[in-house]
Amino acid sequence: MCSHSLEVGIVLCTTLLVAACEREMRNFDPVPEGAQVGGSSGAAMVSHYERNAHALATGKRLWTWYNCGGCHANGGGGASGPALMDAQWLYGWDAASIYQSIADGRANGMPAYRGRIPEDQLWQLAAYVRSLSGLAPQDGAPNRDDALLTRTPESFSDKQNPERAQPSAATGQR
Amino acid sequence: MTPTRFHLRCLKAVFLLGLAASIGVCAADRDGDWPMPARDFANTRYAPLADINTANVGTLRQASTFSTGVSRGHEAAPIVVGDTMYVVTPYPNIVYALDLSKPALPLRWKFEPKPDPFAQGVACCDVVNLGLAVADGKVFVNTLDNQTIALNASDGKELWRFRSADPRSGEPRTMAPLVVKGRVLIGNDGSAFGVRGWLIALDLASGKELWRAYSTGPDREVLIGPEYKPFYAKDRGTDLGVATWPQGAWKIGGGTVSGWLSFDPDLGLVYYGTANPAPWNAEQRPGDNKFTSGVFARDIATGRARWFYQVSPHDRFHYEATNENILVDLQLPGGTRRALLHPDRNGYLYVFDRLTGEVLSATPFVRITTSTGVDLRTGELRYAPEKLPRANIVVRGICPSSAGGKNWQPSAWSPATRLLYIPHQNLCQDEEVMATSFIAGTPYMGAIIKMKTGPGSGNRGRVTAWDPVAGRAAWTVDEDFPVWSGALATAGDLVFYGTMDGWFKAVDAKSGKLLWRFKTESGIVGQPVAYRGPDGKEYIAVLSGVGGWAGSIAFDDIDARDGSAAGGFAGAIGDLKLRTAKGGKLHVFALP
Repeated sequence: MCSHSLEVGIVLCTTLLVAACEREMRNFDPVPEGAQVGGSSGAAMVSHYERNAHALATGKRLWTWYNCGGCHANGGGGASGPALMDAQWLYGWDAASIYQSIADGRANGMPAYRGRIPEDQLWQLAAYVRSLSGLAPQDGAPNRDDALLTRTPESFSDKQNPERAQPSAATGQR
Repeated sequence: MTPTRFHLRCLKAVFLLGLAASIGVCAADRDGDWPMPARDFANTRYAPLADINTANVGTLRQASTFSTGVSRGHEAAPIVVGDTMYVVTPYPNIVYALDLSKPALPLRWKFEPKPDPFAQGVACCDVVNLGLAVADGKVFVNTLDNQTIALNASDGKELWRFRSADPRSGEPRTMAPLVVKGRVLIGNDGSAFGVRGWLIALDLASGKELWRAYSTGPDREVLIGPEYKPFYAKDRGTDLGVATWPQGAWKIGGGTVSGWLSFDPDLGLVYYGTANPAPWNAEQRPGDNKFTSGVFARDIATGRARWFYQVSPHDRFHYEATNENILVDLQLPGGTRRALLHPDRNGYLYVFDRLTGEVLSATPFVRITTSTGVDLRTGELRYAPEKLPRANIVVRGICPSSAGGKNWQPSAWSPATRLLYIPHQNLCQDEEVMATSFIAGTPYMGAIIKMKTGPGSGNRGRVTAWDPVAGRAAWTVDEDFPVWSGALATAGDLVFYGTMDGWFKAVDAKSGKLLWRFKTESGIVGQPVAYRGPDGKEYIAVLSGVGGWAGSIAFDDIDARDGSAAGGFAGAIGDLKLRTAKGGKLHVFALP
């Protein structure tokens, strides 16, 4: 009985280590010193959070906690804030640009979250926002909803080909 | 134009048409004008004009157009006083004054208030504006960033500005002001962001605040005193705006005044509904949550409350009570009653005694699963226990949806047919509520909703001609999409309305039979009006330009693959994207 369990445990452990250790890794360290938006360390932050299922799942939870869904809709389809599951991006679709939108806000109605929530949560949110349109790796993106399902799960999202849209209130783009 | 000239022309028109009965109206108060979105204080939207009627409406044709240059939801009514038409656009709230004496409608002037663009983000249901008002030679317009601006009607020169709040607080302003007895009445919006609601009276001449009545909080701030005499015991008590909330929650409790205002000159009372309590998730605010989702009657001179009736106590479904209140006198068993008709989002058509606040009847005009009726003895709404929203549990088959049996789109009353013409939707929804935190300037909701088509043959909209005395529909017309435009009734026995896929229609007021229709480039969510031009002829006007809570589906920045997009409308009308396109245009129609 005991040895059988041990065997199973070893097999499981090995499988996890080989197949998905980075995907499942939980990093409890704060953000490295000097991490700057847009710089090379910014790019490192992106891969750090985006390839991590735990970070993406946390981002999804924060999306609800911090009322993101109230403006951008539960699944990122948009309401008073623009859709984030589509290909249209006003301020850039790379994680650093999305981080900046969340942290500093945007003039057409996006509130600034910097100073209101911890730095690593801003990155987790940015990573999750990218997963809404299939820009984050699909093997790490959330594939189920605890709440009422309103869209295809993030892990099954077709990757959208991002393109820059022009901000103009009068033409229905924000 | 001078009053004398108008008087002569009016008489001439009357003479030619043989409408002797109109002479008194013409001479007294220019029957050809449409000076406020609802046309009159009673909110009837009835034009006493019959040049265009059931016999000739088939020949109606487009006489002129004007592009607004804006392409969000055009929910406003074109306003006509004398020989000028005034149009306010959605954000950025440009005001145009058009010269009606020339066929091309050239601009007399244009005013650009340049609102703070941030306000776009806090407007829950598109960046709409429900219309401006003209009175005393002045134009009064609300902007999305919480300003009320008075302009000189003849040249557009700014006279004063009143600003209430920074939109970063979560507060926008989309409602239409009502100008009464030297006062400009305005209300705020933003219940979805936990904004505390109020109604403010501004001095017409100076823009100074005369009084402010909050919808939540202690009696002294709600302007409740000895003259407050609600009809039902459930609405009586001291400081209910505090006591019916968890501690302090009334400060972020919503109840904004984002809908229509009515006024009875004989009683000196202003009537309006308050919006939903915040947050949407009702579990977080045990209690009745006074004075949200109810109807107030207030003294115009002091703002003090005369009565209040909470339509949806402890509002479970974000039904609000901000729909229009139409003031009419009805012949009911027992005699003539000074009534108030209130087609509420919760699905009942309420007939109130507007003197006392007594509910004379409350009859479903759509399918309702969230409640089983209204107890007329206690005034209590009987909620259906099986649809009680509980955190983290999906409740399906909620009818009507949170957008209501009807939403903002205003009904019209014809004194000729004695029918109320209600444009509305036929939608239900699935919903799940969850815990939410108040973060200033962000949505305070805690709800996910996904709407779906209501019962029937797949139609998602309807126009209902309601007989409030009999308590039943005289006729109904089904529409594919929610009928998100206002209704217009005329003495020509016609009812006009628009559809979200761009049809502007005239139906027989007695039967609902379609008599005429015209296709516009963009869907119609505006308020049609009728007026008499400087040439003495009757015209019909409406703005096209799809948008609003429902119509925002058509915008590029909404992705309908998420059923919760556009406040849940994507679940029900995602196909709107393929049926219309955004736009913004004034259409004027006349007989050949």
